[in-house]
Amino acid sequence: MAVERIMERYTSRVREVTLGATAEQGGTRSHTITVGGDSTLPFLHFEGEVPHRPVLALEVNDVPPAWHQLLLEHYRDVLDDPGAWAAKAVRQFGADLVCLRLVGADPDGENRSPEECAQVVRRVLEAVKVPLIVIGCGDADKDNEVMPAVAEAGAGENLLLGIATQENYKTLTAACMVHKHNIIAQSPIDINICKQLNILISEMNMPLDRIVIDPTLGALGYGIEYTYSIMERIRLGALGGDSMLAMPVIVNVGYEAWRAKEANVPESEFPRWGDQPTRAVLWEAMTGAHGLQAGAHIVILRNPDALRLLRRHIEQLMVPNRA
Amino acid sequence: MGLTGLEIYKQLPKKNCGECGPPTCLAFAMQLASGKATLDACPYISQEAREALQSAAAPPIRLVTLGAGDHVLEIGDETVLFRHDKTFYHPAGIFIEVGDDLDEAAMDERLRAIGELEFERVGQQYRVDGVALRATSGDADRFLRLAQKAAAAVPWNFVIVCQDPALAEPVVRLLASRRPLLYAATDDNWEKMVQLAEEHQIPLGVCGRDLDHLAELVTKITQRGYRELVIDPGSRETSQVLADLTQIRRLAIKKKFRPFGYPTIAFTSEPDATTEIIQAQVYVGKYASLVVLRQAWRRSEILPLLTWRTNVFTDPQKPIQVEPRVYEVGDVRDDSPVYVTTNFSLTYFSVEAEVEASKIPGYIVVVNTEGTSVLTAYAAGKFTPEAVAEALQRSGIADRVKHREVIIPGHVAVMSGKLQELSGWKVIVGPREAAGIPAFVRSRYAA
Repeated sequence: MAVERIMERYTSRVREVTLGATAEQGGTRSHTITVGGDSTLPFLHFEGEVPHRPVLALEVNDVPPAWHQLLLEHYRDVLDDPGAWAAKAVRQFGADLVCLRLVGADPDGENRSPEECAQVVRRVLEAVKVPLIVIGCGDADKDNEVMPAVAEAGAGENLLLGIATQENYKTLTAACMVHKHNIIAQSPIDINICKQLNILISEMNMPLDRIVIDPTLGALGYGIEYTYSIMERIRLGALGGDSMLAMPVIVNVGYEAWRAKEANVPESEFPRWGDQPTRAVLWEAMTGAHGLQAGAHIVILRNPDALRLLRRHIEQLMVPNRA
Repeated sequence: MGLTGLEIYKQLPKKNCGECGPPTCLAFAMQLASGKATLDACPYISQEAREALQSAAAPPIRLVTLGAGDHVLEIGDETVLFRHDKTFYHPAGIFIEVGDDLDEAAMDERLRAIGELEFERVGQQYRVDGVALRATSGDADRFLRLAQKAAAAVPWNFVIVCQDPALAEPVVRLLASRRPLLYAATDDNWEKMVQLAEEHQIPLGVCGRDLDHLAELVTKITQRGYRELVIDPGSRETSQVLADLTQIRRLAIKKKFRPFGYPTIAFTSEPDATTEIIQAQVYVGKYASLVVLRQAWRRSEILPLLTWRTNVFTDPQKPIQVEPRVYEVGDVRDDSPVYVTTNFSLTYFSVEAEVEASKIPGYIVVVNTEGTSVLTAYAAGKFTPEAVAEALQRSGIADRVKHREVIIPGHVAVMSGKLQELSGWKVIVGPREAAGIPAFVRSRYAA
């Protein structure tokens, strides 16, 4: 019996965003990475194009972080050197790109100067040749001092810089425009704010193909279903022709998953939750995997074992399927 | 998916006899469409018209049940492709496979472990739905022995994975009262399998070679009159299973294509437990009604999958709430800080996680805001100084701490004065976002 399949025909697609720049393009990266371009829902190859596989970033901090032992054991030899850390993430663990988080700028922490932060960015750019994501410390005022210096230090490298929010996007947008970088536009699990922020940023004349959406992922077990649905709606909006939702999506999985109690408590305290190493890896990998199903293009992770699981998973999801 | 009054009217006898109550057939059709009347009221309706109307009114995906008594598992009866369109109603059943080729000790141990796969997290109870018994050895005695052990060790549901009706028959007989799923009817065995399922009134899996073949096989079986079916397109690779389950769901919902109007079953194929859990995650969200795991069975592997299932099957229109009362985070003492927040679970657990992360034990007093977040509840008049004062009073927190200081979310700083006046507690304005709690509380309370 020949069953007539339902093929959705969408009017539009997700915009492509390219990260990094090679020598010919004015940078020093060995290659660029392009994300987005999808003309259907995640991995429905049978009715549309998924031209680029989702990519996996590992997070690198500029100061040794207070992470859980289970994470630190992977990085113990490189914690004091973001360059070496980035190199390990790429060469040993196979990260597609590096997400450098400038925690050291935090006024409540080491309160590093913009120039010190820029120096770290230069160091990481020398240490690895993959495209780079750089995220500020989260203190809005301080980030507005630090990120312009970072943008300048990385001029020509076509970085992905964050994080712009509805309350604080102008300085970062300006820095990205002057030095030709891409921007992460973050909205708090809210499709209207997501759209609004993209409009605000584009009104400053930032090209739309240099914006990446951060929908503020929840961790598995902690509101993950809200972002799942918001991301599905973002993708459907993009395919339906809403230009202000048609950006690739980045999800900050490592950070969120490691806020969950299930990643952090030992089996001795919660014997019925099973062994912690497996549980913690899966908590992070499952958080990322749901992001992929909802339409994520860039996944930021912490645990190289979670990266390994998602690497294999993405390979399988990218196998062409038939209707 | 209901029919309009006019569509129904076309099927009615158009006698306008009025014996059904309303004066005309059209008026009756309108009442049928709005659910105010039933077809039985019409004495003259033809058998064909009755069947056509009933089939058109049937849900796009049939509801099928496994199990009996306290352990009924309902699957199917979904109405949307995206949870934000309404909700997903029936959480995917998760089964763990055990083969009859295991030696006795391993079999016992595995079944015992599966029978204990119950969890508690964030105040909710999770468990797997049962065990899938696979006839691997081809030996009838071994298969029956496995079923006997499983029946004793696992209190929940069963899938009988066996395509040889003769081999399956004793196991079906043994487990019939617990209404297992018999998997599966194929091209070669379907007549005998239907007979076996029908005789014992249990649901039957149908496994096709692809979607076209599956539709053909289901049609043959339903023409025989058996409809307690769970369908399987036969694919096993992640990408193809996603495509097939998506087509099945689309065709059932958008076209009401009857051969695909049944719950679905998916089998994982990954060779190790952790990658298998990630693979199963795809099927739980997109669109398997039952998922059978073949490698994973340890608690640390199963908990993440069950958590995902609970999340994705949460009704978006009914936020999960926590019970409004006092919660303790860490080893609290009578001088520990006291926070208030709302009973929207996402809000509460964000606050709880940050209080925990601060390493300073604290009490959280939860106000009943009917599952809304701080700002929403405040705007809706559910998180008022009166409500917070009453919650403080009713919670009995005053008997547990010797101080009288309460930390409120920064977003509702404006209620400080009134709350202080009503409750007699000194009001401290906390950070606007939960993420600010550790820095806030450390600067204020760290010794």
